[in-house]
Amino acid sequence: MMGFIWFWLVAVMIVGYVVLDGFDLGVGVLHLFLARNETERQATLHSIGPVWDGNEVWLLAGGGTLYFAFPLLYASAFSGFYLPLMIVLWLLVLRGVSLELRNHLEMGVWRALLDGIFGVASLLLTIFFGAALANVIRGVPLQADGYFFLPLWTNWQPGANPGILDWYTVIGGLVALVALTLHGALWLSIKISGDLEQRARRIVTPLWIALVILTVVSLIATISIRPQNLNNYYQYPFTFVVPVGVLASLAGIWLWNRNAQPVKAFLSSCLYLFFMLAGACWGLYPTLLPATTDPERDITLSHAISGPHTLAVGLIWWGFGMALATCYTIFVYTRFKGKSDLGVSGH
Amino acid sequence: MTSELIHRLHFAFTITFHYLFPQLTMGLALLIVVLKTAALKTNGELWDRAAHFWGRIFGINFVFGVVTGIPMEFEFGTNWARFSRLSGGVIGQPLAMEGVFSFFLESAFLGLFLYGGNRLSKRMHWFSSVMVFAGSWLSGFFIIVTDAWMQHPVAYDRLPNGQFEMLSFWQLLMNPWGLLQYMHNMTGAVITGSFVMAATGAFYLLDGRMQNYGRTFLKVGVIAGAIASILIIFPTGDLHGKYVAHNQPPAMAGMEGVFKTEPGTGIVLIGQPNEETGQIDNPIVVNDMLSFLIYGTTKAEVKGLDQIPHDQWPTALPLLYYAYHIMAGLGTYFVFVMVLSAFLLWRKKLYTARWIQWALLLSFPLPYIANTAGWMTAELGRQPWLVYGLMRTSEGYSNTVSASNGLFTLIGFMGLYTVLGLLFTVLIYREISNGPEAKPALAVAAHAN
Ligand code: HDD
Ligand code: HEM
Ligand code: HEM
Repeated sequence: MMGFIWFWLVAVMIVGYVVLDGFDLGVGVLHLFLARNETERQATLHSIGPVWDGNEVWLLAGGGTLYFAFPLLYASAFSGFYLPLMIVLWLLVLRGVSLELRNHLEMGVWRALLDGIFGVASLLLTIFFGAALANVIRGVPLQADGYFFLPLWTNWQPGANPGILDWYTVIGGLVALVALTLHGALWLSIKISGDLEQRARRIVTPLWIALVILTVVSLIATISIRPQNLNNYYQYPFTFVVPVGVLASLAGIWLWNRNAQPVKAFLSSCLYLFFMLAGACWGLYPTLLPATTDPERDITLSHAISGPHTLAVGLIWWGFGMALATCYTIFVYTRFKGKSDLGVSGH
Repeated sequence: MTSELIHRLHFAFTITFHYLFPQLTMGLALLIVVLKTAALKTNGELWDRAAHFWGRIFGINFVFGVVTGIPMEFEFGTNWARFSRLSGGVIGQPLAMEGVFSFFLESAFLGLFLYGGNRLSKRMHWFSSVMVFAGSWLSGFFIIVTDAWMQHPVAYDRLPNGQFEMLSFWQLLMNPWGLLQYMHNMTGAVITGSFVMAATGAFYLLDGRMQNYGRTFLKVGVIAGAIASILIIFPTGDLHGKYVAHNQPPAMAGMEGVFKTEPGTGIVLIGQPNEETGQIDNPIVVNDMLSFLIYGTTKAEVKGLDQIPHDQWPTALPLLYYAYHIMAGLGTYFVFVMVLSAFLLWRKKLYTARWIQWALLLSFPLPYIANTAGWMTAELGRQPWLVYGLMRTSEGYSNTVSASNGLFTLIGFMGLYTVLGLLFTVLIYREISNGPEAKPALAVAAHAN
């Protein structure tokens, strides 16, 4: 029971992270293409300025939660994905610094440099996150002691000895890139007005088409690589609402964007991310990290879980703390509600 | 180079760099509350502007703290996998609480504090500075509890699979080692904050600019600095030292360079420990002093390295010894310079005595050195244990990550952090030389919405 609860609590943290930091990553990718001058660029970046750090805390709190609830998984996955994780850390460092410091450096050259770094780091991060999730779904070559070490690539095939990147995980990376860029575009169409808003709305269409294609391709690829992912669905057929939800939320994005209802379109995109991730988690459950070597070596809930007292106490403070954190999050978002660029012209 | 060594250097390098920023964050957070409170009480424009100025510096410093903190959170898993696997159930707890309770709090209220100045009421703005202070000091608390468990494990049991299981949440948080460490460490952060503030004040006065701010900064910095410099030795350093002597005798023997166990142990002020001969070279010693400081009597015996099996000696003995002596030596100097400055302030001579202003200006790097040396003392003193008495450092690193991969990412971090360090220095220098009156037009415009 504790295992079940904590599995889904960690999943909630991941979904929270992807939905929240997802749009600021998407904005990071887009601002290079969409903004045409300094005012527009500032408007674009203000829309995420006050919230990105709070969004990123979901990643940290999620990592911490994983650490104490499933120490074996944390230890095995983090050391096994050593190289890509370190690259992710460098990108996060660069991205945070470049976003915050552009306001303290007024010369054009510096700003151009920092904006470039911010955009590229955001883009690479979306791809890495998608590929990371795909790696978890595909599985890794776990050794008998529960550890593994993955090179960045081998022969680009998802066999028994894959690399971080193979054709399957690259698809995962592309899905994340397109989904989060779309998510960012919808966020901008809520937060920005004028010309820029129109441009953001227009870019939604091609992204949406790409996302529909990639979603379908990735679902097929997943089933072909790891057919067991459907077991839970067959066992509890009502859970097929999850893939239905994926399709419905895609439709919602399209419809509401066309009818100029950006808030609803953005919420559909949140739902899309939620259903995709929940669907992946449900496909794995109760496995946490499948082994490509031998299914006996899968890391499952029952081996990875912490001791009973730890988890019972954790439930109390976690519930309390996350309720508080949700309050801050809502508070900050309501304080920065509305179009974010309107104040700028006044200055 | 062995992979154990690489992982140790990797962690040491990244954490040492990280801690350069939070120590100022935590120290300044307190001083900003002081400035904001003065502004609220006196309704003075000067105090408010002063708080705003330090808020900007705080903001830049905070960004660097955040970006260098994120890697730390992950390095337990990437570089210390075997340790994390066994200890996650205990220390994953305070680490996750840090994220859940303090980082959310801090990031939410910092935005309000920095950018809400003209939209919040005075009281609400003051309140947000208090919340930022609370968030940063809470974050220090959770991380120190984490470290304290490694120094002095309490309230744990072992499950059949070898994992540590927490027995009492309350005892884990109230680890006596942690409480002592917390008091001492936070005082150290206040020292950094006050030296930086006092040095900025001295800089303005010596340069003949912005004299009114110069005097304010000097006054607040010197008063806070004098109090904190005393507190860091007595009671916090003294109590912490006694606790170490009782609970980690090898660490104490290494810190003080005690090779031989004898009644009436002296304290070594200067000298170089020689591991081969088991002696201190060129010593200057105060007789009986160490026995007195630890046990309150000059006759007591202090356990020396001769009574400790060689495989439990701190692994980097001379470095431990020097780190400790640097910390304690600087601590003595801080009391001297800050108490003297406070005396001059009282006699109304501080604002004109240029020599002491020079001393304060040039001293600002020293608290950073003292804090770093203090942490090196704690962490090297713990060696060869990762969890004191329970798990050796050689059993904890990620043995699936090869030395060469570790070196690759260590070099990566060194390069990246060199660039960050340069950038930070330039940005802070610019803020300080522009001074509190400068309009940070872009920064404000950029975040107004
Ligand atoms: C400005 C900084 C600063 C200054 C002046 C001092 N310390 Fe310190 N000290 C620290 C900053 C610090 C620290 C960075 O905060 C440490 C590292 C770990 C910790 O909890 O605190 C520390 C640790 C630390 C330890 C623990 C070592 C261990 O855990 O093994 C002892 C016994 C002392 N200190 C004692 C002293 C004494 C007797 C001082 C005065 C002469 C002194 N410190 C000055
Ligand atoms: C291994 C140890 C450490 C880890 C894992 C760690 C982790 C982190 C992380 C992830 C952040 C960024 C938070 C954000 O996004 O808002 C951060 C910032 C911070 N850390 Fe650390 N940290 C460590 C050591 C320390 C120590 C020793 C202290 C102080 C005693 C400290 C105090 C702070 C504070 C006050 C902040 C707020 C930001 C800042 O002040 O710069 N940390 N830390
Ligand atoms: C900011 C202050 C800190 C500094 C400057 C610092 C410094 C160091 C140094 C120099 C080492 C290498 C020691 C050696 O291997 O010989 C080390 C190791 C380590 N420290 Fe710290 N430390 C700090 C805070 C912390 C905190 C708060 C934690 C725990 C939460 C922590 C956990 C560790 C771990 C896990 C290792 C690696 C294992 C080991 O070498 O024993 N450190 N640290």
